[in-house]
Amino acid sequence: MLISSAEPTEERCRADAALIETLRGIAGGDNVLTAAIDIEPYAFDGTAAMKQRPGCVVLPREASQVGPIVKAVTTAGVPLVTRGSGTGLSGGSVPLDGCVVLGLNHLDRILGIDTANLTIRVEPGVITMRVDQDAAKHGLFYPPDPGSQKISTIGGNVAENSGGLRGLKYGVTRDYVMGLRVVLPSGEEVWLGNQCVKDVAGYSLKDLFVGSEGTLGVVTEVLLRLLPRPAARKTMVATFAQIESAAQAVSDIIARKIVPCTVEFLDQTTIECVEDFAHLGLPTDAAALLLLESDGHPAVVEEESEAMRQALVDNGATDVQTAQTEEEAEKLRTARRAAFSALARVSPTTILEDVTVPRSELAAMVKFCAECAERHGLRIGTFGHMGDGNLHPTFLTDERNEEEMRRVHKALEEIVTETLRRGGTITGEHGVGLAKKPFLRQQLGDASYELLRTVKRSLDPAGLLNPGKVFDS
Amino acid sequence: MPDEKADGLNLLQTMDYSVVQQCMHCGLCLPTCPTYVETGRERSSPRGRIALMRSVADGDLPLSRDFAEEMDYCVGCLACQTACPAGVEYASLLEMARASGEEAGLLDSPMRRIYRWLGLRLLMTRPWLLRLVARGVAIQQIPWVRKAMYRLGIMWLAPPTLRKLEPTAPPIDPPFSDARIAEVERPPADWWTGPPRARVAVLTGCVQDISFARVNRATVDVLLAAGCEVVTPRNQNCCGSLHAHNGDLEAARDMARRTLDLFDGAGFGGGSNLLASLDAVISNSGGCGSHLRHYANLLKDDPSYAERAHAWDEKVCDVQEFVASLVGNRPLAVGSNEAPMSRLEQVLASQSVSHANGKKPRVTYDASCHLCHGQKVVAQPVSLLKGLPDTEFVPLAESDWCCGAAGVYTITQPEQAGKLLARKMGNVRAAAPDVIATANPGCMHQLNMACQGDPELAHVRVAHPMELLAEACHSTS
Repeated sequence: MLISSAEPTEERCRADAALIETLRGIAGGDNVLTAAIDIEPYAFDGTAAMKQRPGCVVLPREASQVGPIVKAVTTAGVPLVTRGSGTGLSGGSVPLDGCVVLGLNHLDRILGIDTANLTIRVEPGVITMRVDQDAAKHGLFYPPDPGSQKISTIGGNVAENSGGLRGLKYGVTRDYVMGLRVVLPSGEEVWLGNQCVKDVAGYSLKDLFVGSEGTLGVVTEVLLRLLPRPAARKTMVATFAQIESAAQAVSDIIARKIVPCTVEFLDQTTIECVEDFAHLGLPTDAAALLLLESDGHPAVVEEESEAMRQALVDNGATDVQTAQTEEEAEKLRTARRAAFSALARVSPTTILEDVTVPRSELAAMVKFCAECAERHGLRIGTFGHMGDGNLHPTFLTDERNEEEMRRVHKALEEIVTETLRRGGTITGEHGVGLAKKPFLRQQLGDASYELLRTVKRSLDPAGLLNPGKVFDS
Repeated sequence: MPDEKADGLNLLQTMDYSVVQQCMHCGLCLPTCPTYVETGRERSSPRGRIALMRSVADGDLPLSRDFAEEMDYCVGCLACQTACPAGVEYASLLEMARASGEEAGLLDSPMRRIYRWLGLRLLMTRPWLLRLVARGVAIQQIPWVRKAMYRLGIMWLAPPTLRKLEPTAPPIDPPFSDARIAEVERPPADWWTGPPRARVAVLTGCVQDISFARVNRATVDVLLAAGCEVVTPRNQNCCGSLHAHNGDLEAARDMARRTLDLFDGAGFGGGSNLLASLDAVISNSGGCGSHLRHYANLLKDDPSYAERAHAWDEKVCDVQEFVASLVGNRPLAVGSNEAPMSRLEQVLASQSVSHANGKKPRVTYDASCHLCHGQKVVAQPVSLLKGLPDTEFVPLAESDWCCGAAGVYTITQPEQAGKLLARKMGNVRAAAPDVIATANPGCMHQLNMACQGDPELAHVRVAHPMELLAEACHSTS
């Protein structure tokens, strides 16, 4: 069962030969793809069971071409879907029938690093991990590290306000965006923000675009804040016989006023799959595994690690191990980042959720997800950024089994309702896109939901930038 | 316009759909893919190719010449398989896709048909003919003969394709393996005392046999030095990897059956079934070894061979993997009641002697793609090379990034192969080695030619790790 994206309406046109000619004139003939075999691979992103072939794909090689491209497409009344590496998890870059896909992966230059002001300027197609690698050369640090960081692009991260394992201590992409160059639906380009640490001139417009999932504008340049690189880092792994104890331990760590860099969680199903892939000697009989990381000044790291160890033991950890070398620590981090893909080995279709609750509700929420799956006869693996309350319950199913897919959707609905009941959100970091669209009004309530539309209509009256994503305007 | 089989379905449509469904588009394969890094086009990435295959399987996309060309453009290095956390078996998908293309005749042309028939069907299926032709080529490669042939214009009689390939042909190095290696060999007394530690067979290969028979000899030497009894069946045929990687699955199956039959022969001195009497079947070629370990998948629909292929797959082992497992786990307790060390262990242990003066030769290791990605043999070659006495091991950056040899990629995709080679040589220059060790004949030849053609690197020796280890075992110091 493939969920198709929004249907073209009377106001929206399909990309036609005239538009394609125009685009070829701007981007160069080789960079506009129309043959089925060329555009078919752009029909999906990282979200399961979503596919739609676009009308054409344009891959500009110069950032200056983006403005004219957007203008040409919107003038022709054709929808525009922006794309980085296409690894999003909510359908944000799944095309529409007849649309133009604007792929920014060739805009991959790092424009400059400013070691006096601790900032870096990049084009949107720069791979996330490259930003941190470049920063590291100068003793600096770009914290947001989504699981897909080896291939995700900064532009995509900005559009989705991506998080990552270090979100607990260091925050998310939004906290590091100091400036954006954005192309508006009219084709006009604006620069928002600057290198100042404090600036309250006008509305905080750049924040409007961060997390807007390609529906308000196209980002063509990003100015990011960097931090000094932490001097020391310690990685620990703790095993638990019960999921609830693990969740409780995490809540307790926060309650004891410890804020480590990372607290990640894997349940038994996830541990088994990750072990199958990575062969790290993870305990496959443990009900839950916590991966914890502390970073900063060496003395602080020592103290924090000891305090965490104590909290873990006090909450029933059956074993606590510390990684002895950087290689070991990196292996553990990689294993956690591969959790989603490792789970995907088990069954043909993997549906990943992104519910987030306040930390005090963690234990109860984890229990609810497990019970819900059992009630509906579904296989589920749960992992996630337990330290910030962001869980990823993952359904292991088969999209071809329509009956099971119906049960999956029922279970998802129940999980969403429970999440909202506990003061949580339907999406901590993956975005609404198409996948969470049905639940957005439920979370925001009517008034806030209408406010979204007011903003969208004023910036994109024709509704051509990524239409049908997040909400219907 | 779609080209399809008589019953209307192509190979991609009849294969097990769950294999292609396994990909969940996470994209972790993209940064490891040489053709994606080169083009930035989704269709030239593993994820994109799988999407195309899936669309063909779904009937959304026709099997077209463009499709076949894209499958041909793939290097086949399997770096994506290592990166893929979801366990997608890209190797078998690529084989299936290429076979579909061949079956539909999408890249067909009369000359191509002739060369494929000559190469895959005529030469490579007849070991005696291959060696006969090789002897002829060996004569042609004698410098004064070659020069004379060019001067006399004889070379111009050959078709243009062959003429173009001639300078890049691997040097034939007779005598071939059967003349250098006895059918059964046991370690000499000063290398190992007591009954053999293991009984293994060595695969001599086809290109390896005619161009690098010395590597086979060295492989046997190292196995003897590790305390093994070595059986080397005569007149071995091609394992079929060349055929499988180039879309000729029928011939690949034939070669696989013949290989299994060779090891099923009676009267080898190992009882009625040679395979059952062996602890391992040793391969020293990264590319072929990778294919040889998956005979069960190739022959799964053949009831008379399926089970034998399973037994076979379990025994096939890369020589470095096998040797490292033999010598790696031995406790080196001094003055214990253990049996004395084998010659190989003595050699590896003698590393502890320091050399105060003179520069030690710098040895680096270039990982063959199919050895590290296909067979997952990563650490063992490095640990063995680090144990080589009188050498300094230097790491090679991007060691597991393809060198461009990739089977016949230099012939089918010369431009992209050239780009990969340039990248590799940049890393080689940075490592400044005296010796490059690599465990696959294609890579050996590719790197050797590149070094010879580069004034800065002309002094560099390209050798198989077994050659270096064998030399160390033979050395008397």
